[in-house]
Amino acid sequence: MSGAEIGTTGRAAAPPEAAPRREPGGAGAFWRRLRGRRGALLGLAIVAAFAVLALGAAWIAPYDPTATDWGAVRAAPTLAHPFGTDEVGRDVLARIVYGARASLGAGLTSVALAVALGLPLGMLAGYAGGVVDGAIMRLTDALLAIPFLILAIALAAFLGPSLTNAMVAIGLSATSIFVRLTRAQVQAIAAEEYVEAARAVGNPPWRIALHHILPNIVPAILVQATLTIAAAIIAEASLSFLGLGQQPPDPSWGSMLNTAKNFLDQAPWMAIWPGLSIFLAVLAFNLLGDGLRDALDPRERP
Amino acid sequence: MTAPPASPAAPPLLEVRDLAVAFDGDGGTLRAVDGVSYGLGEGETLGIVGESGSGKSVHVLAMLGLIPRPPGRVSGGRVLFCGRDLLALPERALQRVRGAEIGMVFQDPMSSLNPAMTVAAQIAEPLRIHLGLDARSARARARDLLDLVRIPEAGRRLDLYPHEFSGGQRQRVMIAIGLACRPKLLIADEATTALDVTVQAEIVALVRELKREIGMAIIWITHDLGVVAGLADTVQVMYAGRILERGPVDAVFSDPRNAYTLGLIRSLPDLSRGRAGRRRLRQIEGSPPDMRHPPPGDPFAPRNPYATARCRTEAPPLRQAPGAAPGHLVAAWYDLPALIAREDRA
Amino acid sequence: MRAAPSPLVCVRALSKHYPLRHWWGGRGSVFRAVEDVSFDVFPGETLGLVGESGSGKSTIGRAVTMLNPPTAGTVAFEGTDLATLSPRAMRRMRRRIQMVFQDPYAALNPRMSAGAYVAEAFRLHRPEMGRAERRDEVAALFRRVGLDPRLAGRFPHQFSGGQRQRICIARAVALKPSFIVADEPIAALDVSIQAQVVNLLQDLQEELGLSYLFISHDLRMVRYLCHRVAVLRRGRIVELASSDALYGNPVHPYTRALLGAVPVPDPAAERARLRAASAAPAPAIPEGGVLTEVAPGHWVAASKPEDHHP
Repeated sequence: MSGAEIGTTGRAAAPPEAAPRREPGGAGAFWRRLRGRRGALLGLAIVAAFAVLALGAAWIAPYDPTATDWGAVRAAPTLAHPFGTDEVGRDVLARIVYGARASLGAGLTSVALAVALGLPLGMLAGYAGGVVDGAIMRLTDALLAIPFLILAIALAAFLGPSLTNAMVAIGLSATSIFVRLTRAQVQAIAAEEYVEAARAVGNPPWRIALHHILPNIVPAILVQATLTIAAAIIAEASLSFLGLGQQPPDPSWGSMLNTAKNFLDQAPWMAIWPGLSIFLAVLAFNLLGDGLRDALDPRERP
Repeated sequence: MTAPPASPAAPPLLEVRDLAVAFDGDGGTLRAVDGVSYGLGEGETLGIVGESGSGKSVHVLAMLGLIPRPPGRVSGGRVLFCGRDLLALPERALQRVRGAEIGMVFQDPMSSLNPAMTVAAQIAEPLRIHLGLDARSARARARDLLDLVRIPEAGRRLDLYPHEFSGGQRQRVMIAIGLACRPKLLIADEATTALDVTVQAEIVALVRELKREIGMAIIWITHDLGVVAGLADTVQVMYAGRILERGPVDAVFSDPRNAYTLGLIRSLPDLSRGRAGRRRLRQIEGSPPDMRHPPPGDPFAPRNPYATARCRTEAPPLRQAPGAAPGHLVAAWYDLPALIAREDRA
Repeated sequence: MRAAPSPLVCVRALSKHYPLRHWWGGRGSVFRAVEDVSFDVFPGETLGLVGESGSGKSTIGRAVTMLNPPTAGTVAFEGTDLATLSPRAMRRMRRRIQMVFQDPYAALNPRMSAGAYVAEAFRLHRPEMGRAERRDEVAALFRRVGLDPRLAGRFPHQFSGGQRQRICIARAVALKPSFIVADEPIAALDVSIQAQVVNLLQDLQEELGLSYLFISHDLRMVRYLCHRVAVLRRGRIVELASSDALYGNPVHPYTRALLGAVPVPDPAAERARLRAASAAPAPAIPEGGVLTEVAPGHWVAASKPEDHHP
C-alpha cells in the first residue's frame, strides 16, 4: 500500500496508516521492477550482445583480426568486408569483434580491481572510524582531486604501455570512487537499528560487517560498478588511443580510432565502427546502471 | 458536552457517499477505501478510529484530492461539501476549499512546517492567498491566531522559526494555520500521536475550547479510543476500508455492536485496576488483512470469534443497530449483545 | 526496595552525558541525557521505565545493555560489573541479556530471512549445534511466539508489524536469557496487536522466569505489566514505587501530571476528566531533588524530605 501514507508520516510512535510496508523484496520483485524499464532492458540486451561477441570472437569473426591483406588496403565496405578494411588490409569487422574483448575485458577487470580494493577500504574506513578513517579518506580525497582520466593516463604512463597495465591504471584510478561510496553506505547502514540489534545479540564486529552491513550495501555498489564500467571503457579507449593500452597488432577500439584518425578523409569507416562500438557499449552500461539504480532504489519502497 | 447531531431537515456540512479509493501497484489493485458513506453536521465533532490500512486517513486525503495519482485513484463515490461535489471540482477550486474552508492538521508538525520560513509567514500564507489580506493585516491576524492557540508572548515569537518551538507548540502553530481562514471544518489526522501524553492532553483541551469559541466541525482521526471518548460527538470505527460501526460516542462505547469495536475496548488494560485483581488482556487474534487480498464478506470475520457463516461470505451493510440508540449504526450479521449475554451466562 | 532476594541487575549512579559542540568546533558544555539514576531489577520482575520523549528512558536501556555504555556509574549483572568485561566477555554475556526494540520494521535486517535472523542467536552462542538441531530449535521458537515455522524462509517485508515483533522476541528468548530490555516494544504496533504482544511477553516471563526492563510511554500498559515502575523526567528518576503504590498514590507532582493526562476510554468519565483538568491550574513541578523513601519501597525525588507526605 505504498503512497497511501502521506500525511501520516510513519513515525514509529504511531501505527502508520498502511498495510505491511513494501521493502527490498526478493529477486522476483527486483526483476519485475527491472523488466518494467525499457532503457534498462535495452542496455542489458546490448551488453549481452557485446559479451557474446567478446566470448565467441574466434567463431564470429570472419577473418583473423591481425591478418593483413595488401590487396585490400583501406577498402570500402563490401560484401567480403562488410565494415571495410584498415590501412594494412585487416578486416575491420573482425577487429571490432576482437576489440570487444579488450574493451569489455578492460572495463570489467579494472572495475573488479577497483571494487576489490575500494570495498574493503571503504568498509574499514566507515566501520572503524577514527584515525584509520581519517588516513584512508585523506588519501581518497587526494586521488579524487585529480580527474579520473588524467590520473589513469599518468598511472598508465608510469607503468608502461600494455593492456594489463592500462587495466591496472584504470582500476586504481577508480578505486577512490568505491572507497567513498562504500564508506558512506556503511555509515548509513551502521546507524540502522538492525545493526544495533545484531550487536545486542552478541555479534562480533567482523560478523556485523560481513553479515549485516555488506549485504545491504551491495545494491549501491552494483549500480556504481555498472556505471563505472562505462567510464572504464572510455578510459581504455583513450589510453589505447594514446598508445598506452592495447599494443599493435592486437585490436582494441581505442587503438583502432588512433590509427583511423590519420585516414579520416580517405577511409572514414575505419573510425566510424570503433567509435560507434564505444558509444554503444558506454550507452548500454549507463542505461543498465540507471535501470539498476531505479530497480534497487530504497525510495521505491516507502 | 453538547452533541448536535445533524438534524434531518438541514443538509449536512459534509456528505460522503459510497467513496471508494484504490491503489494500483505491483501486486494488483488495492482497495484502500471500499464504499464509505456518512454525513457530518455543522459544528459536529466526528472521531474516526482505526488502525493501519483501515482507510481512515486515506479516505480523507482522497476527498481533498491529496492522494498521489498514480498509484492512487478515487474509484467511485461523491463527497458533497456545502452542496458541492469535491471530487468533481477542478484542482484550483479544490485548493481554495482546502486552505480556506477546510483546515487540516497532520501528525508530524515538524515535517508539515517549512523549516526555512518564520511562523508568521507560514500562518500568513493562507490568509494572503485565500482572503487577499495585505502583509500588515495578515501579520496582525497571525498574531491573533497565535494568541488563540495559547502560545505565550505571541507578538514576540512571530518571527521565530519552527525549530525554536517545542513539539506541542509546533502542533499549536499547525492548528493556528488550520484555523487561519475560519474554516467550517477542521480535519486532524493523528494530530496528537507524535506528542507526549501531557502535551496531548493540552492539545485536546485546546481543541475543545476552540470548538466552543469558534464552532467549527471537526473530523478527528486517531487510533486512540481515549482521545475520541473525550472529544467526539459521533464516533466511527473503520477497518479494512469500511465503516464497521458508527454512532453517538456514549452509545458506541457503552453498547458496542461490532465485535471489532468491542475487541478494541476490551483489549485496553484498566488503569484503575491493581496488579493483583487484573485478568489477562483480552486480545484480538490475528492481524489486519492484506488489502491486496481482502477476505470475502465481513473483513473482520477471520479474526472474529462471533463470526457466523454468513459473515465469511457476504459483507454486511451499515444500518441501524436493532434496539440501539437512534443513529447507532453497525455493519454486522450477528447480534453482539445477545452473544455476550449468552457468553456471560455460560 | 532491598528485599530478601538479591537483585539480578543493579544500576548505580548511572549517567550518560553527550558533549555539545559549539558551531566553531570547540568543546562546549555537556548534555546530560541521564543523570545519577539508580535502580534494581529482581529475578522474575518487570520494572517499568516511563517518561516522555527526552526523558532519557531509551538511553538508560542502551546503557544497561552496554550498547551505548554509560559515562559514569555501574551496571552490575548478577554481581558482575559489565563495564569491566572485555568486548569478548561482554558478547558472551549477551546470551543472558537481550533486547527487544521499538520498531520491528527497523530492527530486522531486510536481507536476512526470519529463520536466519532467529538462528543467528544459536550460531553465535551455540556453535556446537548442528544444522538440523538448529532448524528444529528455530521452528520450536516460531511456534512458541505464535508464528508458523513454515514462514522461516520469508524476509521481513513479507510480515506484518506484529509478526515482525514476534520474530524479534523469538530471537531475544532463543538463548533463554534472564534479563530482557524491551524498549517501547508495542509503540509501533497496531492497537489490535498490542495486547497480543504484551500477553506473549508476560507468558514468556512466567515460563522462563525472565526479568524485564519495560521502557514505555504507554502508562496503561505499564500499569498492567509492571511490578514496579520508575518515572523519569529530564534524565532523572522522580518517583519509583510498586505499580500499585505509584498509580494508586502518586506523590511527585510530575507523576500526578503524567497519570492525570492519560485519556480514559469512557466518554462520560473522559469528559469529566477534561473538565476537571482545564479548571485546575497546572501544578509547579520542582526540579532535581534526592530520592527519599516516603513509604516502604516508595521513593520520591524531594529537594527537602519534608516536601512529601503521602
